[in-house]
Amino acid sequence: METTSPVIRAQGLRLSFGNQIVLDGIDLEIDAGETMVILGGSGSGKSTLLRCMVGLQRPDAGSISIKGTDMFSAAPDQVEELRQRIGMAFQGGALFGSMTVGENIDLPLSEFTKLPLSTRRIVARIKLALVDMEKAIDRYPAELSGGMRKRAAFARAMALDPEILFCDEPSAGLDPVTAAGLDRLLLRLKDVFGMTLVIVTHELESAFAVADRIAMIHQGKILIAGTPDEVRECPDPVVRRFLDREPSDDADDDHRFRQWMMELEEMNG
Amino acid sequence: MLDNLLRQSGAALLEQLAAIGRLWQLAYTAGEQTVVGPFRCKPIRIKKTVRQVLRAGNDSLPLVALIAALIGIILALQSAYQLRDLGAQHLVADLVAVSITRELGPLMTAILVAGRVGSAISAELGTMQVSEEIDALTVIGIDPINFLVVPRLIGLAVAVPCLTLFADLVGILAGCSVGVLALGMGASGYLSDSLAALVAEDLWGGILKALAFGAIIGLVGCQEGLSTRGGANEVGSSTTSAVVRSIVLIIVADLFMTTLLFLRH
Repeated sequence: METTSPVIRAQGLRLSFGNQIVLDGIDLEIDAGETMVILGGSGSGKSTLLRCMVGLQRPDAGSISIKGTDMFSAAPDQVEELRQRIGMAFQGGALFGSMTVGENIDLPLSEFTKLPLSTRRIVARIKLALVDMEKAIDRYPAELSGGMRKRAAFARAMALDPEILFCDEPSAGLDPVTAAGLDRLLLRLKDVFGMTLVIVTHELESAFAVADRIAMIHQGKILIAGTPDEVRECPDPVVRRFLDREPSDDADDDHRFRQWMMELEEMNG
Repeated sequence: MLDNLLRQSGAALLEQLAAIGRLWQLAYTAGEQTVVGPFRCKPIRIKKTVRQVLRAGNDSLPLVALIAALIGIILALQSAYQLRDLGAQHLVADLVAVSITRELGPLMTAILVAGRVGSAISAELGTMQVSEEIDALTVIGIDPINFLVVPRLIGLAVAVPCLTLFADLVGILAGCSVGVLALGMGASGYLSDSLAALVAEDLWGGILKALAFGAIIGLVGCQEGLSTRGGANEVGSSTTSAVVRSIVLIIVADLFMTTLLFLRH
């Protein structure tokens, strides 16, 4: 039966590390086939939210369900099955350093399919061709540039033809040309495979280039979730400052800075 | 001042207890996966395990041989010095054989493997942790315990007893060289004395110890690696910590097992 419920649903997510509140009641729904960009500054909680979504970080409260399966309360078999339908491209690539690029892509294929090695090798080549990296199949991650590593990570994340692809800061640390190339690659992958994309980034240009919807997160709370035009027109002062690239000048930040300086002085004796 | 000292000591003690708790948890999970896993569609990864056995064994073989030979020679010389006054130099062979198989063979081998292989495991897994490779495995749907810990644990639990047997042999032969060259004993006489002095318990007791030491090195190395957070500095700290904790736990386990073996009689 066709379901109309969102493909990803986060409800009331709360998470603290010690006294620091990282996620403060996050509610977010992502529909099938859409590209959702989670936008926010450093330390806003966006990467932690992504880690909760893929099941790497258990929240203190709230729930995450993907295709109706709760990531933290479902049976391990169900979660394992679900994992085969999602892919994730990590910020630094997270390619296995002891394996070649081809072996990196082969790993999920050898684990979860019964394909013979020769066929898996062909699949790995096809996945690498999608990201224009087929010539790097026998190279080790240490021999690749930052951009190539990220593209290889996309190829690995695509190995099992996932329905949902999560990307952590895909264009961070890359030059503008390479970053724009990665944005185009994401859009191409989405067009070809019709995947749901969840992208965490702080790069405004990249976010507005690829997003169907944007969720802006600040101090663990979602300030707005809407289309790029809705976000552009959002009157919230924090959103405005972020979009206009203005440094924060609120009293809270000044207070935190003074506190941090005092702690630093105490540490230095 | 005293307050501060007490607070720091308390925090250090709590950290050590927490580390032991984490180690126990990992031992339980890895042990369960090794024994029960194959019946739950989580087979042991044979190729990876064999690679770990060879890696631990081959890498350590020359060093173990060298140290075992040196220990055998030193032990023979020291025993001869002590026994000469009693007119019992003929017992050098017995003493060397029993000391090496029961105690020094497994202990020295384990300490060398902890320094060489345990540290390498910790550095490898620590680097994988800080570069998000462990997270990547989890997201792909591969259990890092099954994929990384179990092969290393079994690998070391097999390699350390094998290396210990080799160290026993080299140590006894090195002791024999002292007997022949310095004490004027015949080689065949020395070796038959050594064999006659050994009982089955000496051998299996030593092997049992080596098996436990191997498991300790594997578990501590994996635990320290997997709990690494941060960057290159933390990888270094984990590596040091893996070696120190392994050696301390090996000696504690040695005391426990030696006591048990002693109480059997």
